[in-house]
Amino acid sequence: MMNKLRATEARRRAALSGIADRWAALPAWQRLIGVTAFIAILYYLPLLGVPGLTWLRTDSIDGGNSWAGVLFTCAIYVLVAIGLNVVVGLAGLLDLGYIGFFAIGAYSVALFGSTNSPVVKWMQRTFELEPTWAVAWAICIPLAIALSLTSGVILGWPTLRLRGDYLAIVTLGFGEIIRIVARNLTGVTNGAAGISAIPGPEGAPSADNQIFGLQDLKPWYWLAITVVLLMVFAVRRLENSRVGRSWLAIREDEDAAAVMGVNGFKFKLWAFAIGAALGGLSGFLFASRNAFIDPSQFNATLSILFVAMVVVGGSGNMVGVAFGAVLLAYLPERFRFVSDYRWVAFGFAMVVVMVLRPQGLIPSRRRARELQDRAKEAKVSV
Amino acid sequence: MNFDELFGHFGQHTVDGLSKGAIYALIALGYTLVYGVLRLINFAHSEVFVVGTFAVLGAWTAFGMQDRPGAGQAILFLLIGLIAAAVASGGTALALERIAYRPLRRRNAPPLVFLITAIGLSLVLVEILGLLLPRLVGGVFPTLFGRERQIVGMPTIIEQKPLITIGDTSITNVQAIVFFSALLMMAMLDWFINRTRYGRGVRAVAQNPETAALMGVNQDRVIMLIFVLGGVMAGAAALLWSVRFGFTQSSLGFVLGLKAFTAAVLGGIGNLRGALLGGLFLGLVEVYAATLYTSAWEDVVAFVVLIVVLMFRPTGLLGESLGRARA
Amino acid sequence: MSETTSTESREPVIPSQPGPRRLLLEIDQVVLRFGGVVALNEVSFQIHEGEILGLIGPNGAGKTTCFNVMTGVFKPTSGQVRFAGARVSGRKPPEISRMGISRTFQNIRLFPEMTALENVMVGTDSRHKTSVVGALFRLYRVRPKPEELPQVTSEAGLLRTWQQVRRSCAQIFGLSRHILEERAAEKKSLELLRFVGIQGRANEVARNLSYGDQRRLEIARALATEPKLICLDEPAAGFNPAEKEQLLKLIRQIRDRGHTVLLIEHDMRLVMGVTDRVVVLEFGTKIAEGSPDEVSRDPRVIAAYLGESVDAA
Repeated sequence: MMNKLRATEARRRAALSGIADRWAALPAWQRLIGVTAFIAILYYLPLLGVPGLTWLRTDSIDGGNSWAGVLFTCAIYVLVAIGLNVVVGLAGLLDLGYIGFFAIGAYSVALFGSTNSPVVKWMQRTFELEPTWAVAWAICIPLAIALSLTSGVILGWPTLRLRGDYLAIVTLGFGEIIRIVARNLTGVTNGAAGISAIPGPEGAPSADNQIFGLQDLKPWYWLAITVVLLMVFAVRRLENSRVGRSWLAIREDEDAAAVMGVNGFKFKLWAFAIGAALGGLSGFLFASRNAFIDPSQFNATLSILFVAMVVVGGSGNMVGVAFGAVLLAYLPERFRFVSDYRWVAFGFAMVVVMVLRPQGLIPSRRRARELQDRAKEAKVSV
Repeated sequence: MNFDELFGHFGQHTVDGLSKGAIYALIALGYTLVYGVLRLINFAHSEVFVVGTFAVLGAWTAFGMQDRPGAGQAILFLLIGLIAAAVASGGTALALERIAYRPLRRRNAPPLVFLITAIGLSLVLVEILGLLLPRLVGGVFPTLFGRERQIVGMPTIIEQKPLITIGDTSITNVQAIVFFSALLMMAMLDWFINRTRYGRGVRAVAQNPETAALMGVNQDRVIMLIFVLGGVMAGAAALLWSVRFGFTQSSLGFVLGLKAFTAAVLGGIGNLRGALLGGLFLGLVEVYAATLYTSAWEDVVAFVVLIVVLMFRPTGLLGESLGRARA
Repeated sequence: MSETTSTESREPVIPSQPGPRRLLLEIDQVVLRFGGVVALNEVSFQIHEGEILGLIGPNGAGKTTCFNVMTGVFKPTSGQVRFAGARVSGRKPPEISRMGISRTFQNIRLFPEMTALENVMVGTDSRHKTSVVGALFRLYRVRPKPEELPQVTSEAGLLRTWQQVRRSCAQIFGLSRHILEERAAEKKSLELLRFVGIQGRANEVARNLSYGDQRRLEIARALATEPKLICLDEPAAGFNPAEKEQLLKLIRQIRDRGHTVLLIEHDMRLVMGVTDRVVVLEFGTKIAEGSPDEVSRDPRVIAAYLGESVDAA
């Protein structure tokens, strides 16, 4: 039975890599058209009304959540998966406390951007500002990124010298510490009561907001998917550079990499910091759209869900992890019977994937480099 | 920082800390045993403990235990609880090994794959306890599950009474039972590993798996044995937990597991006596810190201790080695 | 630190001509103890620029340990390792690699999920500078050499205009260091793959290469870090005679490219065929040193090898 499973598995893998190969063999302009079409579809998704496909929408079922809202959640999870993939998939560091960076990003916009936050109130008192004053949303973006990146460096500096499995447990502890601190520092974070009135691009949430309102969530999705695409582009650049190679080399064999001149600690710290920054960015978007956060939203189970997305999707491969994220965010919304059992299903999926297919559903395959002098090369090798 | 309270009732806090730490130590043994032999963190071990607490409650409910039974009955129920917890926890641990870890070992999977598998298993176990079981047998054992995922209270088996009072420090009967039963269990395990034929096999595999295999030690059997032993210890911890705290919850394992793991690392993971030392130490630090600040910060202490230990002395207080457990 | 000395001694290397040459690596009275075990006992020898030195000895004689001391994996208990005048011991592996020592591994340690080309590029990367910010934003511009400018290949039409625009932009604004380094890395890596004879497998994942190709790839990767000294740890292990013959040729070619070679080897014949000088270790102690001929006649060496096994054949 196991063998049979493995055989079908091998066939499927062959088929998959066939698609990847065929895609890679296409001329550049055809691939460009393909990518453009795909991006266009991504932007069209919230309006999805093609007959025969409307059943995909989550509001096509009784009591289903807003379709654009679900898409937004998917986009946020994809962003998380892309960031975590840098840490787990590329550099090979198992980070179980990614939720901590997500929370830091979310709290940065909440603490500095919301008029309800004790921090803003304190600033108003100290600098004698108007009671409506708060840090502008646009300024909160770099703030959130900087804070989460810094926290990544602070956590990574002492812990990245640890062995892999120890690192995993320490990061898990870190995620919990962030949550508990957010709960206990009532004077700063409002504690368990949470913070409301977190601003969006148009300022504090209100019924007057024209675009980024509370009812129509499509603009939020478009915003999130734009950020996702930008980050995919950025991470791709890193992946196919000296940095990306160093990460992979560290993941594959850290000692050998060191002998080849790779400064392991430096690049691991970079991976950690970049991962943290992306986590912070996704937390930031999440908090902006939600307009309210409290510590219970950032629990360890969610952190493990993040790891599950990456691992189940296929760590090291951006398409894979994005697929994993969409799968884990979308299925429970569309198929309600899943939502009750989703944690069992996720846990089970993790075990099955690890036992049968440790490389994930869409495994990472090193892309053949487009050789500059492919033609010359062919001549030589003949 | 409340120094007055800490030093004013230092003895009392110490007693509280030790009785709490004893439970950590028992759970820590499971991590240490598995790590000592296989060099991997059995992340799902915390759920093995939680399964044990549910088994205790289930057994007590099934045998119709009432609040505050008489002395004779209490002993009987303690025994029933111990057997139920040991069987359930030991069985769960064994099942984890057979279903998940062994196939991975056969494939020579890297440690992180084991860890992710264990996390998945742990998620599955929590959900089975918190969601599936209540739906299946909630009608049969109403007290066992209450509402889904809620904290479930247990009947009190022994009423807390001060046993000895020295000055303003009092040791309750429950604290004494918890502490000394835990010590007894650990002494038995120590004896088993160090003095018996099976224990010798375990130590041999921990020191050098290849040589042990050449010498005719059945490695699979040793590994099954350590999972069962760790499970039984977690079962004992589950019983003591039930006696001491009188509640359980499907999500109880996460924080408790992290603390027990901290205890194991603190003492030197892979070192049995280190687990005891680490557990007691962590229990003390936690209670002291909770007194100094507030109990809301209690959980942070364990994580901070973990990070500090791993940074400055990753081999723990006593050093790691199950093979040379006599150290 | 020793830059001045290394630049002035750029005289062409005369192959297999022992004589007064510049000292490259000096192992000076190195002792290494693990607990009570003495792994290396006052071992001293020197490697001169441009030579092929063999380090031989029976199993467990301390060859690989010696190697590990030289490449910074172990710190000697006492004694010193100096490379081109600078101290090696106590430095971290990446630093040592930058000083100009590179190595291969006895039990192959490639990056199995990366392609052959990428494996080598990790080596070339060690001489490059682009880091995260450079790769992300590509702001650091370098004036390209004429041959590095984008070429105008199209005859006419929009494509030609586009290519001309790109060329002019590169002339005016320069190219990003990242791109130039990527190209250089790729070019050099391909050249190295060709040098070791596996250019056809450049895009193959290392794990899928044959055993012999993996060994060759390790050599290419080690060469990519531009080492002055390359240490080969039993490169012929598991090779058949024909492959060994090829390897001999390759080792000589490596030296002819201007690298100094340290060869750890079990197979006496291979060592005798290619090295200029041989150092023999037994039980962590140096028992002989000299030309292959001298050493193979040394009674202590013969005893050491015969006493151990018939490997010496």
